Amino acid sequence: MKHLHLVWRNLLRRKTRTMFTFLSVAIAFVLFGVLATIRVAFNYGVEVAGADRLIMIHKVSFINFLPISYKERIKTVKGVSDATHATWFGGIYQDPSNFFSQMAVDPEEWLRMYPEFTLPEDQKKAWFANRVGAIAGRTVANRFGWKAGDRIPIQGTIFQSGVWEFTIDGIFDADREGVDTNQFFFHNKYLWEKARWGDGMVGWYIIRVGDPKASAEVAKRVDALFANSPYETKTSTEKAFVQAFANQVGDIGAILTAILVAVFFTILLVTGNTMAQSIRERTSELAVLKTLGYPNGLVLAMVLAESLVIAIAGGGAGLLLSWLISRQGDPTGGLLPAFFFPPKDMVLGVALVLALGFASGLLPALRAMRLRIVDALRRT
Amino acid sequence: MSWLTQIVAVSALNLRSLRQRAASSGVAVVGIAGVVIVFVAVLSIAEGFRRTLVTAGSDDAAIVLRAGSDTELTSGLSLEETRIIADAPGVLRNAAGAVASAELLVLVDLNKKGVDTPANVPMRGVQPAAFSVRDEVKLVEGRMFEPGRSEVIVGRAAAGQFQGLEVGRTLRWGEAAWTVVGIFEANGNVAESELWADAGVVQPAYRRGTSFQAVYVKLESPGAFERFKDALAADPRLEIKVVRETEYYAQQSQQLSRLIRTLGYLIAILMGIGAVFGAINTMYTAVASRTREIATLRALGFGAGPVVLSVLTEAMALAFVGGTVGGLLAWAGFNGYQTATLNWQTFTQIAFAFAVTPSLLVQGLTYALVMGFFGGMLPALRAARLPVVTALREL
Repeated sequence: MKHLHLVWRNLLRRKTRTMFTFLSVAIAFVLFGVLATIRVAFNYGVEVAGADRLIMIHKVSFINFLPISYKERIKTVKGVSDATHATWFGGIYQDPSNFFSQMAVDPEEWLRMYPEFTLPEDQKKAWFANRVGAIAGRTVANRFGWKAGDRIPIQGTIFQSGVWEFTIDGIFDADREGVDTNQFFFHNKYLWEKARWGDGMVGWYIIRVGDPKASAEVAKRVDALFANSPYETKTSTEKAFVQAFANQVGDIGAILTAILVAVFFTILLVTGNTMAQSIRERTSELAVLKTLGYPNGLVLAMVLAESLVIAIAGGGAGLLLSWLISRQGDPTGGLLPAFFFPPKDMVLGVALVLALGFASGLLPALRAMRLRIVDALRRT
Repeated sequence: MSWLTQIVAVSALNLRSLRQRAASSGVAVVGIAGVVIVFVAVLSIAEGFRRTLVTAGSDDAAIVLRAGSDTELTSGLSLEETRIIADAPGVLRNAAGAVASAELLVLVDLNKKGVDTPANVPMRGVQPAAFSVRDEVKLVEGRMFEPGRSEVIVGRAAAGQFQGLEVGRTLRWGEAAWTVVGIFEANGNVAESELWADAGVVQPAYRRGTSFQAVYVKLESPGAFERFKDALAADPRLEIKVVRETEYYAQQSQQLSRLIRTLGYLIAILMGIGAVFGAINTMYTAVASRTREIATLRALGFGAGPVVLSVLTEAMALAFVGGTVGGLLAWAGFNGYQTATLNWQTFTQIAFAFAVTPSLLVQGLTYALVMGFFGGMLPALRAARLPVVTALREL
């Protein structure tokens, strides 16, 4: 115990330096957390894409529509266990900058296809029964202060430029992190009824396969079914689809990530050096301890304890702070839906904290341990 | 000795003895330079992107979309509507008639170079007047597409970023095979990210009938905008929205620039704090290693003020070097770097070059000096407060 006290006194000896070292470590790990969060965000949640789902779009581009009659035909394909569709609405709520995705769907099929969206049973029932009903994700609902029962006017763009009135029947949550709840779903029937065009047409299909390992073959079979028809299709796994979208963002995400990695390691290096420096300066003191009969192992342990305390306190504070930042959610208002600090990066962060503590303490401590007492004492 | 001469004398002494503290000063310079590189580099992305869109607009041009739409992709206009728009007052007329081009925008799936997944490259169907509305568009290679044929001309930036866009190549998309016949430039603006073809050929290939998505018009003068807009607003046959080209493009660059800037500032501030700590440590070491010198100066009659200022000067000098080096490196490494990304607002790819502008360099340098100031302040005060007698006895 008394040794811990000694460690503590050593840390307090130069309070400002300890303080700044602590803060530098904390900053480094805040950056690390931001980096982990941005990396996932720019991947648009590829990690959370459903492994057993395929996305089928028009072969020319995803803005081209497909006929609703395809749904039953898709279901006949071997390996397909379910299919549903969605249509991008692209409306504006109050101002174009209030972006959130709005999709016209078949409510029951949709929730069956995406079990990660959860909402109370009574809200579900209310929505299924209400033709102008809609459900909003937690993120959207919180942003605009919506609650069940509210009437929401949305300005139409693609289908009809007037105002569309929706009733919020429920607010859905995601059952895991990274699932986008900056979304809004409503009845496809309402869309067809009110739209000036596009009757009988849908934006894209989502297909569930019985065996995820067979995804590639099922996708090929589906595309083959519609080959040479007026609406040829292109089917890929949901993961590949999201990945392709993320790839479209391209270099920018990669550049930001690369910069952050470089910055993180630079700060780590500089801080580690400062921590090592503060121990190097005390080589003669360590020699005194050894003169007094402290065994090598104990000296080593004390030095390591000192650097570990700084690393753990600073790193812990940094990781906690960045986790809090990521809890604030997407800072861009809907452009980066998957904005969260992934647990596996948190584990990596903790490992790096420990590595920093050991690495910065170990080298000078080992050197001190090996020193001959006389030489060390002679150094000022 | 006057106060000012004292400052100069002490500062000169400090700066001349920098070499003895080369290692720790070097760390501070590198730290600050690093922050400035990152700061300038990240902001140059936003700046380049913004510039590509903003330079696209001209004051005497306007865009007409369907009411309620904010991008071409969500807009739609009938042939009838586009004719009424072209006939409106305020539109410039030349020998060929009204300088108004009804256009449609579709997406073509092309792979980015080095990436094997498709990206949404915008293809624009234009009318002949398009080249008068945007007079900056110039063919630099090959020839113009011929009306009625499935031929495209490709923007310089698009040709650089996407696979297969070479003159003479024939590619399949939509319901036709298209031959690339030319490459065009447009002062580096957004049009260079697009493929252009005859609107009359794009319509059937994408089953658009006779519909368009936007009308681009050249006005008689920038001042004619209100007259044009009012005339269209008053026409009961139309349900449209008129925007100045400059505003239209400025608005399109908003979201992505904001995203990059938010992230850029966040990173730069976090790093800046880290670098300030680094600078503080460096300057503390500098002060500590000169405790006796400083005390001697004080004993000789130098005031506390000059000592504070001299330490600050040293810190700022280091920061200045760091800021300059960082800015130059960022400029050398990132200015003009070509890339393409997805513009979320339009759902289309936009190719652009990072732009390290003088104003960004000045911002970077200012930021470096701010870091130097804060890094030097505490150690400077410590130096001034050293009790002379004990300090002289130290070591």
